[in-house]
Amino acid sequence: MTPGQTPSQTVGPFFAYGLTAEQYGYPFTSLFPPRVAEPRARGEHIRVTGRLFDGEGKTIPDAMVEIAHVDAEGRPVTSRDTAVASGFRGFGRCGTGTSADQSFEFHTIKPGVAAPGTAPHINVIVTMRGLLVHAFTRLYFEDEAAANAADPVLASVPAERRATLIAKRIALPEGVEYRFDIQMQGPNETVFFDL
Amino acid sequence: MDKPLPTSLPTPRDWTSHSPYIHPDYRSTVLRGPKRPLLPIKAHMADLAAPVYGHEDLGELDHDLTRNARRNGEPLGERIIVAGRVLDERGRPVPDTLVEIWQANAAGRYVHKVDQHDAPLDPNFLGAGRCMTDSEGRYRFMTIKPGAYPWGNHHNAWRPNHIHLSLFGSTFASRLVTQLYFPGDPLLALDPIFLGTPEKARERLISKFTLDVTEPGFALGYEFNIVLRGLAATPMEK
Repeated sequence: MTPGQTPSQTVGPFFAYGLTAEQYGYPFTSLFPPRVAEPRARGEHIRVTGRLFDGEGKTIPDAMVEIAHVDAEGRPVTSRDTAVASGFRGFGRCGTGTSADQSFEFHTIKPGVAAPGTAPHINVIVTMRGLLVHAFTRLYFEDEAAANAADPVLASVPAERRATLIAKRIALPEGVEYRFDIQMQGPNETVFFDL
Repeated sequence: MDKPLPTSLPTPRDWTSHSPYIHPDYRSTVLRGPKRPLLPIKAHMADLAAPVYGHEDLGELDHDLTRNARRNGEPLGERIIVAGRVLDERGRPVPDTLVEIWQANAAGRYVHKVDQHDAPLDPNFLGAGRCMTDSEGRYRFMTIKPGAYPWGNHHNAWRPNHIHLSLFGSTFASRLVTQLYFPGDPLLALDPIFLGTPEKARERLISKFTLDVTEPGFALGYEFNIVLRGLAATPMEK
């Protein structure tokens, strides 16, 4: 037996030179850059962007967002060799401190369906100064209404809160972007899960 | 290296070992911690895949913060070794898992551009490192003991000496971001971040000085074992 789970502590405000060094211009390599899929990866290439808001509606400039999802065929990436071969890494990180409006921005592919009866989604971990335990949520896609309606996890969320998990699709000349803002608190507080 | 998907569910987060999201003594939590209860989720196996990486992703000196950012000499401060094991709750080692760390320098200054503390930067110290555990879950870092530094939480607030850590473990659910502290630090009793952790679990955040890790004539050694959520004994339903 062990003494029990090691307690979580906040990531603090100064994580960038360790965890997202290349994005912030520090001299250290990044193992998980915000580009999750290389241009050669199979699937529909998308951008996933958004901002985080605190309880007063202010944007949060020192958060780190991590995303994880299956490939375009719905398969998880289970080895580094697969990730290298396919150009799809399955996991990325982005801090909110390098863009003018405190957005995060990932380049990835739209995930496929991982299991019958579930909707395509992206797993999201949020961490920041002032968050003593990281928060876990999910991003679903606005243009997957039928699949979303059948998804058991979305169905478990009270109907009036489901919209906090749906990313808006924006078609831009340079490609499709999904916008996913995260509200830490307030009347539209994003649904966070106990994973 | 292939990382097979988990075949059983992760053990739940033990909320009696973790801080609440809102801990008003740590002021930043008041507007940033979620206020509504977390919702339960039945995750699919594909959602539990941990990120993939390998030993080949790491640089030769990534684990040695006294050498990985040298420009014209050695970093200043007290050399220390931080080593330990990454285990699951049943005491089984977590092999080949990534351990990332970042910290202030000996003067209590972070390289991060936002850190405005009036203490010197060290041109030979970045303060970031990483390594992977071996087949028995062991990890080891060489670094400089971080200094204490003031912060704006309340009047005359000082953070205890600490090193930040980030780990993934064997599933997506075992993710852990935490901080390691040092034994006997008088600032611990005054630090609202440390004190946010329930009392029974606080000691798990404090490393232990030990001669077993200390290298004679070279550096003091601190042991810090990390316990991540593991997998339940019951196999997952297909």
